[in-house]
Amino acid sequence: MTEQVRETPTVKTNGTAFRVIGKRVVRPDGVDKVTGRAQYGADVKLPGLLYGKVLRSPHAHARILSIDTSEAEKLPGVKAVITGKDFKPVADRVERSGEGMVNYSYLSKNIMAQDKVLYHGHAVAAVAATDIHIAEEALALIKVEYEVLPPVLNVLDAMRDDAPILHPELRTREAGAVVGDKPTNIASHEQFAFGDVERGFAEADVIVEREFHTSTVHQGYIEPQNATALWNADGFITVWTSTQAAWDEQRELSEILHVPISQIRVIPMEIGGGFGGKLNVYLEPLAAMLSLKAGHRPVKMWMQRDEVLKATGPTSASVIRVKVGARKDGKITAAQAWLAYEAGAFPGSPVTAGMGVIFAPYRLENVLIDGYDVVVNKPATKAYRAPGGTNAAFAGESVMDELAEKLGMDPIEFRRINAAKEGDRRADGPVYGRIGYIETLDAIANHPHYRSPLPKPSAPWCKVGRGVASGFWFNWDGKSSASAVVNPDGTVAYLEGSTDIGGTRASLAMQLAETLGIDYEDVRPMVGDTQTVGYNDATGGSRTTYGSGIAAYHLGKEIIREMKRRAAQLWDVPEDDIEVEGNVYRYAGHSITFKELCAKLEETGGPISVSVSVNTHGAVPGLATHVVDVEVDTETGKVQILRYTAAQDVGRAIHPDYVEGQIHGGVAQGIGWALSEEYVYDEQGHLLNASLLDYRIPTALDLPLIETVLIEVPNPNHPFGVKGVGEVPIVPPAAAIANAIYHAVGVRMNVLPMKPSAVLKALGKI
Amino acid sequence: MTQKTLVTATINGDVVTFACEPRQSLLEVLRETLNLTGTKEGCNNGNCGACAVLLDGVLVNSCLVLAVEVEGATITTIEGIAPKEGLHPIQQAFLENAALQCGVCTPGFIVATKALLDRNPNPTEHEVRAWLAGNLCRCTGYDKIVRAVLDAAERLREQLTPTAEEAR
Repeated sequence: MTEQVRETPTVKTNGTAFRVIGKRVVRPDGVDKVTGRAQYGADVKLPGLLYGKVLRSPHAHARILSIDTSEAEKLPGVKAVITGKDFKPVADRVERSGEGMVNYSYLSKNIMAQDKVLYHGHAVAAVAATDIHIAEEALALIKVEYEVLPPVLNVLDAMRDDAPILHPELRTREAGAVVGDKPTNIASHEQFAFGDVERGFAEADVIVEREFHTSTVHQGYIEPQNATALWNADGFITVWTSTQAAWDEQRELSEILHVPISQIRVIPMEIGGGFGGKLNVYLEPLAAMLSLKAGHRPVKMWMQRDEVLKATGPTSASVIRVKVGARKDGKITAAQAWLAYEAGAFPGSPVTAGMGVIFAPYRLENVLIDGYDVVVNKPATKAYRAPGGTNAAFAGESVMDELAEKLGMDPIEFRRINAAKEGDRRADGPVYGRIGYIETLDAIANHPHYRSPLPKPSAPWCKVGRGVASGFWFNWDGKSSASAVVNPDGTVAYLEGSTDIGGTRASLAMQLAETLGIDYEDVRPMVGDTQTVGYNDATGGSRTTYGSGIAAYHLGKEIIREMKRRAAQLWDVPEDDIEVEGNVYRYAGHSITFKELCAKLEETGGPISVSVSVNTHGAVPGLATHVVDVEVDTETGKVQILRYTAAQDVGRAIHPDYVEGQIHGGVAQGIGWALSEEYVYDEQGHLLNASLLDYRIPTALDLPLIETVLIEVPNPNHPFGVKGVGEVPIVPPAAAIANAIYHAVGVRMNVLPMKPSAVLKALGKI
Repeated sequence: MTQKTLVTATINGDVVTFACEPRQSLLEVLRETLNLTGTKEGCNNGNCGACAVLLDGVLVNSCLVLAVEVEGATITTIEGIAPKEGLHPIQQAFLENAALQCGVCTPGFIVATKALLDRNPNPTEHEVRAWLAGNLCRCTGYDKIVRAVLDAAERLREQLTPTAEEAR
């Protein structure tokens, strides 16, 4: 179902066409994963292992008056009990960690409450015992006295002057500087502006202005958070965990536990999904502290699903107001947006990213975007695939569709008129490099899906419609390290440090094999840890195949340099004169393959091992356009996805299967966000649907096959042209589906999720 | 400490006797007592299917079965799917169709697929989706999983169908 559109002829490397890149090879970790042998965090077993459990707040907002752990400590089998008192105050300092900025003080208070609980499920104590059931029994013996406070549960209420205050010390910041002088829930206000929107709106022939509301949604990875920690008698801490960001977690543990990073080793185990939700610590510091207090015994912890939903992730609910004006010829004259994102219990929503995403596909002359980061009594939000992007695009792209309709224009033609190109400046400042946005519009316009007639409704009361939306994601640079050992048998043992969530061991090994001109099967990749390989930024921001790919390329170049030296030694010729073509090293009449040369390592100076670290600066944003056909049952309000096609500029599809897989997964999450997923709270702030079926992520039965068009507009800043691909696929779906619903039944949806009751309400039926 | 009960079952062809408390699920015993950690815990309440095993040939979520209930039963976990040599065609189809990303739901999907194809060797796409609706995956959008299951069905049918030469 996939067609690949290549903008340029295949880029050459080492003087030959790609021999590995673009192939659909089997992933190196595949056999372990289909046989159950792969070791995930919860699979860790150690001698003397204890089991840890967390006691969580039953209230959304309360002051902790006292905690009595004495009865729990007396229970036979209990080895340690900890509360907030076991954690020393942490510096009120903000640093980049994971995919965003982290205030270590807030992070510490999030993993274990101090004086206040700020959401239903906030950790207040933890127990380690010889058996998990004993640990559970012990939790029931801990007595916590609370003074219950009124909660504030949505962003507009939280912004009111008379709202309950979560953090009495919090003051509003603008561009990093404190501007407020009284307690508030508004952590920050940011603004992007250029041109003159008032003048732009005055020039418009048509103006559309709408308000949108979106719900809290969770990343929904299938593997719950887990951590096993050993705080050894020599002061050295080892943590085995499920993380996207081993080095960030090492630093976070250092701050929270007041232990130098040199004494902390974080070992990333196989990870069962993350989507941004596993960039920061939760259980890791608790397991370490329990280990210390239990007399240096290892402690394993993993969350139950209700804990995952109540206390990790999610991403922001939001209220977004959009006003866009255009002339009769389709040209946008002004675009304005106001975004208020719920941060959850601590500042740090992705509102700034949402501000950057909302109009990003378009070339604008007059733009004004305001964003507010607002704390509420819900779990602290964390990154979720293109953080802040889906809700922003839902608002922005719904308005673009309405503008196109009011102008009587095809929605793709309207977008093409306004499409951003290389050299255009985004609202958030940067100027676009070589992006392939227009190519995605053309791909959808020419796709059989868009050109086909709408399917027939399955019943007289059902209506079908087709919707289009575009999306943008920044894509991230960052730092990567890797090392390699060249074996005498011609293979390369490759150690990289990016957690592999979606097949990156394959995509990175392919880039190393390509650089070396050797077979993919001759590169054996492995993910290292904070002790065994150099620093790596998180697997996040769609950076791994791009950034760690650049590291793989330079690693290959280092190996080639050393191999040339060996060949020169063998033939007693100057190494600079050795020519390398693919896997063959040549000088005058001499010629030797990589494999043959490997067999002669012993006689040319011994084994080869190399390592590299790179700090990349060439990421190019990802853009995509999606089209969807939906059927709306006007009696029940249910929306069924009939057909879905996603076109995306992927730069270079190193492993097309896993690029398609990223698009499939992002679209599926976007469909869930659009139609069924949401946090449901009662008025006291209790989460009512803390299970996977009640939260309702899509099942196989909810989705169709998802068609993909991979457009390769190579990134000139990457040796093979790679652009990040993982995040942008989640950006357009909610808007595309909302637009399709409109074209089916004639009502504009302004809430997410567009669940049956929301659709019936919009239709005026309830 | 609750009194433990001795339970004997055949797990992946081996007769195994283990001691468990009445409150322990089959999932917990498989993972924590028997070290069969290929069976995964995603929800512990029957929502996600990551802990799927075959219990006397029936597909069950092992988190919803008490370990004391399996006395005398025959259990197949993900560790018991592959033959002695190589992989089962379902496993091979998942690999070659890139039907896994993070892989944590994969054992459950493979066990569930085996249960489906044991009953229905030639399922339609819709039948595959309906059968697998009890297994949640968050990475793949199910696209490549559905394709892998249809491919596995074809591979298994080809194994069953005698070649022209064999037919003679």
